[in-house]
Amino acid sequence: MIVVKDLYKKFGDLEVLKGINCHIKEQEVVCIIGPSGSGKSTFLRCLNRLEEPTSGEIIIDNIPVTGDKTDINLIRQEVGMVFQRFNLFPHLTALENIMLAPMKVRKKSKKEAMEIAEELLAKVGLTDKRNSYPEQLSGGQQQRVAIARALAMRPKVMLFDEPTSALDPEVVGEVLTVMKTLAIEGMTMVVVTHEMGFAREVGDRVIFIDDGYFLEEGTPDEIFNNAKNERTRAFLSKIL
Amino acid sequence: MRWDFIADILPRLFKASILTLELTIAGISIGIVIGLIASLMRISGIKVLSAVAKAYVDFFRGTPLLVQIAIIHYALPVIFNYTPVAIVSGVIALGINSGAYVAEIFRAGIQSIDKGQMEAARSLGMTWGQAMRYIILPQAFKVSIPPLGNEFIALLKDSSLVSIIAVEELMTTGRLIMGRYPLVAEIWFSVALIYLILTSTIAILVNFVERRLQIGDSGQRSV
Ligand SMILES: Nc1ncnc2c1ncn2[C@@H]1O[C@H](COP(=O)(O)OP(=O)(O)O)[C@@H](O)[C@H]1O
Ligand SMILES: [Mg+2]
Repeated sequence: MIVVKDLYKKFGDLEVLKGINCHIKEQEVVCIIGPSGSGKSTFLRCLNRLEEPTSGEIIIDNIPVTGDKTDINLIRQEVGMVFQRFNLFPHLTALENIMLAPMKVRKKSKKEAMEIAEELLAKVGLTDKRNSYPEQLSGGQQQRVAIARALAMRPKVMLFDEPTSALDPEVVGEVLTVMKTLAIEGMTMVVVTHEMGFAREVGDRVIFIDDGYFLEEGTPDEIFNNAKNERTRAFLSKIL
Repeated sequence: MRWDFIADILPRLFKASILTLELTIAGISIGIVIGLIASLMRISGIKVLSAVAKAYVDFFRGTPLLVQIAIIHYALPVIFNYTPVAIVSGVIALGINSGAYVAEIFRAGIQSIDKGQMEAARSLGMTWGQAMRYIILPQAFKVSIPPLGNEFIALLKDSSLVSIIAVEELMTTGRLIMGRYPLVAEIWFSVALIYLILTSTIAILVNFVERRLQIGDSGQRSV
């Protein structure tokens, strides 16, 4: 589903991604862990080209993401993204947040978009908040609306960039539950997270990134219980 | 003070103030259109567009409006050989001048919107234009309302400058009355009073709109 070859990313002189290779299969849930500043967000943002890769190749669903001929907007329609700080549209209600992209990008009628939005709000358990504005919602509720907004495009892949890091501990669970449901339904997911419980339970594969390299990867059991690389072990001992 | 004289001229000044208001409204309307375009050009990331917009803004903010009016009403007609109409020159000058200020207001408004908004919109597959139109500009416009109100008031006062090309607005009318009755204090205090009434009314209106929009944001609304 996602193929990344020799991905490099520099910000000026600062090299943040130093030759990333990976292959993510359909329906796979890949969790990316690693210290702050190691390039996790940058990697994720290169996948939908919110950051322009310096060099390398990215292919999603057999379509090259990098390359001049690519219509990036078409690819982004298939790749949902959930941000650490939700980024809901504050001037729109929860329902409108979800309806907008299906209407403007997928050219759905208002009625169809409304049906999609209602269905997804129900899925994330927020039907009663349909007419609330983001500022009237808790962090956990906002993030669930943000997930629904991304899902409304019916993406083939979902990218999550530390979706629970900005949340109060007591609402982390409700967001993880929604993500877990998605995983069970077979969504292909790339999740940057510090929620090791989630990675262990839901992840098919865990990748440890450090200083711009994918240092080690394996099943959750391999990484959490039998990490081979010393730095992986050092990192895990700090956060577990 | 000749209060009877003031009472006599006030109606005439009020009538003239309608033209002042019309000039200002026409000017700010043109200014908003030009300002929107210029601000979008400025932030487009396309070098040529952004340079043109910057040159425009710098020129019209960096030269006196009085000189701009003279250029539009006297200089350009000579160069391009046409007969100017004072009121048209006046509106164009006010519009292009305020466009430069409005461009900066919109640019600041757009730049005040969290970067994550654009990213979220683009990540959903929206084009830059769609993201601007549906996400960024509605929010930017809202934060721009107070400075736009200030710009409106500034422009209303500046519209007095078109009196040099004999547009018969409030200022010119004051002068015309002066020509016949040299009651300096009565006339100019009356003119000032009317400008003050206009500007404070606008300030109140802007305040009202601002508060209405804030309520709209936190109130419940159906699609
Ligand atoms: N737009 C940018 N410009 C310059 N440097 C950046 C930019 N974005 C990220 N960086 C730098 O790249 C490095 C990796 O950042 P990031 O991918 O956000 O790390 P992580 O998500 O793992 O914490 C950091 O050193 C960060 O300062
Ligand atoms: Mg990050």
